[in-house]
Amino acid sequence: MNVDRKHLLASVEMAHFVSHGSLVLESAVPESLNARAISVLDAGMDRHPYGTALDTAFPQGTFVRELLDLPAVAGAIQSLVGPRPVIDHHAVHVRPPRGGEAQNLHADAVLDPRVDAFDVQLMYYPKAVTLEQGGTLSVPGTHLRRINESGIGRYQNLAGQTRLTCPAGTVVLLHHAIWHSGRRNDSDQPRYMFKIRFNPTVRQLRLWNTDDIDDPAVRAALTTTFPWSAGPEGRLELINRARLWRSLTGDADFDIDYYLTRAQLRPQTVDSAATDSRLGGGRTADGWAMA
Amino acid sequence: MSTDPVAESFAAPSATPHLRQQLVVLYLASSTLDSSVVGWTRYDGTGRSRPTTGDSDDPPYATGLDALLDGWRLLQMSQLLPHAKSDEYDVAYLPYEFLFERLVDTSPSVE
Repeated sequence: MNVDRKHLLASVEMAHFVSHGSLVLESAVPESLNARAISVLDAGMDRHPYGTALDTAFPQGTFVRELLDLPAVAGAIQSLVGPRPVIDHHAVHVRPPRGGEAQNLHADAVLDPRVDAFDVQLMYYPKAVTLEQGGTLSVPGTHLRRINESGIGRYQNLAGQTRLTCPAGTVVLLHHAIWHSGRRNDSDQPRYMFKIRFNPTVRQLRLWNTDDIDDPAVRAALTTTFPWSAGPEGRLELINRARLWRSLTGDADFDIDYYLTRAQLRPQTVDSAATDSRLGGGRTADGWAMA
Repeated sequence: MSTDPVAESFAAPSATPHLRQQLVVLYLASSTLDSSVVGWTRYDGTGRSRPTTGDSDDPPYATGLDALLDGWRLLQMSQLLPHAKSDEYDVAYLPYEFLFERLVDTSPSVE
């Protein structure tokens, strides 16, 4: 994938992804593709080993490649994981009418300690999803927490959670570590979702359209707070977002509030105000230090 | 015929055959019981309902204290654990977990 700059995400959208761990491209897929999707998904999808190149897994001319080459979709993926990502894995999820149990809340794969890189999971919904159909549950802002897949299964509901409802053709892009689950389908209609996880093959450094990097809206997006992280936890979330933004922008001094900066303050200069002459001090100090 | 004394003892009828536990787990914004509820989970020992993931957007109580005021009995609150060195900023599972229970009469007359 290599897409026109105008289709890349803006800095404000990247900042939204860093704070929320998700990006929704509502109705991004035209109805003509959505109409073809069902038969493609019903037929099932060949599996490929982890790390398969995009051209190998989904070559030109295939349905999935057509989906991924939509300018808005390609632009978002390139902005997040760069050009030429590889396919981690993919899966078709069809939840039948009156379908089963809700999944426990979880993050995909095992505990992932990366703080300077991330995978992106694309979820494509070819048909509209209603609340009754039990669309994907996700919890905005949870992606920077260190949990091991379904270890969070005891959490049934969190304040500020998103019970996805969306029109047909919606694509959702998720940070790999976001807390989510497939909800129970209480409707008479099947629910379709197609998922692909992408691994980056380049450093995720300023891959989006950075023309608005100094827009105050960027900082505003990064400081979004969520009801589930009220209290002292909320400040730790801001610190971890600042860490990720530093990594994505290469700006080692970026901070939200004065948290990382303060913790790094460890001056090494021994001042003449040090009263012990063995330290080379003991002289009258400049400024307002005590004589 | 050999008998398993443990199995035999635990097969004794319950002294309270019509009572069942209902449990509410509340995750609070901080370690104080009167801070706001940020997450909630319910288990229904009566079998009359099956609470599950993502079944409600509104918490059953605004604070942990509100659950006490409504008659729930607090069984456990989370410990305050020290931060691991160099991991002070790392975040993981929700730290402020409070477990409540109440006993519900399941005898047919109250169905």
